[in-house]
Amino acid sequence: MTVSLSIENVTAHYGTTKVLEDLSLHIAEGELVSLLGSSGCGKTTTLRLVAGFLEPTAGKIRLGERDLTRLPAHNRDIGLVFQTYALFPHLTVRDNVAFGLKQRGVSAGERKRRADDMIDRVGLNALADRYPANLSGGQRQRVALARALVIEPPLLMFDEPLSNLDAKLRVDMRVEIRRLQQANGTTALYVTHDQEEAFSISDRVAIMNAGRIMQLDAPEVLYSRPANAFVADFVGFENMIPMKAIAESGDAVRAEMPGGATLNLPKDTFTVPSQNFILATRPEGLLVAPSGDGIPTSLGLRTYLGRAYQYQCDTAAGELKANGPLAHPYESGSNAVLIPQPEQCCLLPAEAA
Amino acid sequence: MQRKTHPLLIAFAALTFFFLVGPLIIIIGASVSDTSFLTFPPRGLTLHWYQNAFEISAFKRTFVTSLMLAVGGTALSMCIGIPAAYAMARYRVELPRFLGNIFVLPILIPEIVLGFSLMKSLATGINLPIMLSLLIGHALIVLPYCVRVVGASLNSFDFSIEEAAVSLGCPRWKAFFTVLLPNVRAGIIAGFILAFITSLNDVSVSIFLTGPGVSTLPIQLLAHMEQFFDPTIASVSVLLMGVTVAVMAIVERTLGLTFLTK
Repeated sequence: MTVSLSIENVTAHYGTTKVLEDLSLHIAEGELVSLLGSSGCGKTTTLRLVAGFLEPTAGKIRLGERDLTRLPAHNRDIGLVFQTYALFPHLTVRDNVAFGLKQRGVSAGERKRRADDMIDRVGLNALADRYPANLSGGQRQRVALARALVIEPPLLMFDEPLSNLDAKLRVDMRVEIRRLQQANGTTALYVTHDQEEAFSISDRVAIMNAGRIMQLDAPEVLYSRPANAFVADFVGFENMIPMKAIAESGDAVRAEMPGGATLNLPKDTFTVPSQNFILATRPEGLLVAPSGDGIPTSLGLRTYLGRAYQYQCDTAAGELKANGPLAHPYESGSNAVLIPQPEQCCLLPAEAA
Repeated sequence: MQRKTHPLLIAFAALTFFFLVGPLIIIIGASVSDTSFLTFPPRGLTLHWYQNAFEISAFKRTFVTSLMLAVGGTALSMCIGIPAAYAMARYRVELPRFLGNIFVLPILIPEIVLGFSLMKSLATGINLPIMLSLLIGHALIVLPYCVRVVGASLNSFDFSIEEAAVSLGCPRWKAFFTVLLPNVRAGIIAGFILAFITSLNDVSVSIFLTGPGVSTLPIQLLAHMEQFFDPTIASVSVLLMGVTVAVMAIVERTLGLTFLTK
């Protein structure tokens, strides 16, 4: 059974503080959507509203045909995986997994069979009689996953499930989560502050800030075509360069950079939003060259990144970051130009700066 | 490898031990003294005073009263204390901080004052039966232990465990009993023992609330001591220690005392 989740114009308050503002989000059947943002952006609040631990002050939450908005949390039928795992310390792995089945009145024999089956699927069959205290972090999270999956919920939700694990295990576990979610075709809502984690396993990602969704798109789109300055900065477009469109030819727009040099922006790739606009790039999108059509700069501090050198560059547009090739290290203090590489840039409306 | 210990530390530790155990040895010694007055070291050796303790019916009667009060008072106090401790741990951020201190007041107020005010309000004020006012009084003086000790174990409880149970289809009231209570059992038992012993030994509150026909064992001991200064009270004290040790031993056997230090 797969259903969609709809959050419709939801507003939420903590006391008198507004934490979510008219938020809407639709997750299609079998889709995994991540809420990504720093702490306090409202992502966990959203999850807790759907889980039923908080009540919205306005708006509706629907799971398939069911209206969840005022339904008690224990009737919502949602599989939840917590950051702290939240296993029952007084129960064995098997009884932890069987807990949800017991609440549903499944008979003891059937309970054991289905719990053991699920424990087997997460690869813990040797540990079924252990208590959570005797498991490693990764094993605990597998139990938590099995416990949430065994009730065959129409919706799975994850609240920063990997942040208590070490780096290598995080990568293994997120693959495992994605595999199980796709195998069951379960609709899923995933909350995290880790961009790589969100991008790697999600069908779509919602980047949140101050109780609003700033952009909801496929990871590939977010990564290369951020829609606004907040998202651009969030995904690593660290350089925001003010530009001015000065001429238009058949297939390109000619724009002036700080310092007076010009740059051709092909029309088939770029839509110039207004006469004054912002060109956003990552450090690798600015080529450091001795001379040419670019932004004049005095190179500052050089740092070694492994794949390149990075320079702090003092320019008419403020301090920019640019990566230079390993083959030609520039001395700090030397003069150079920064040439934007159009294919690694995106254009934003000017007021975003 | 030999650990180096300062001689002053050994002396300090020995002294501490002596002060803790010394009085118990004196009482045990006095209780077997073959004299008609309390004395230490004992002169002669007899179990007469133990026999005497069992023969005085007032001791037996008040012991039963004391046991009932200790069990009943502690149970009543737990019924108030556990939900209070739960609320304060669960809603730590939302609730004002002074609430926690209110539950410690019975310890902070001099017990004499507490006893006197309880007498004025419960016994002579609204004329409650003696047993009932004693029960309320005892529940009140042990409340701080219940709230504090249970609270300590709730403070280290991860409340997302409770939410996990709810998300799996368990109503909140049921999750309280099936998930929360089993995980703070240690704190509840520790609180129960502390409260039980405090109630069993209480004098200053009980003395105001006892009345005609109803008394507790410590009050009876006090009354006995005013009339007879014989070693019977020492023997009763030893028996009381025995009861406490027995309670601890049963708990140790059934649950293990390690939970007290957890």
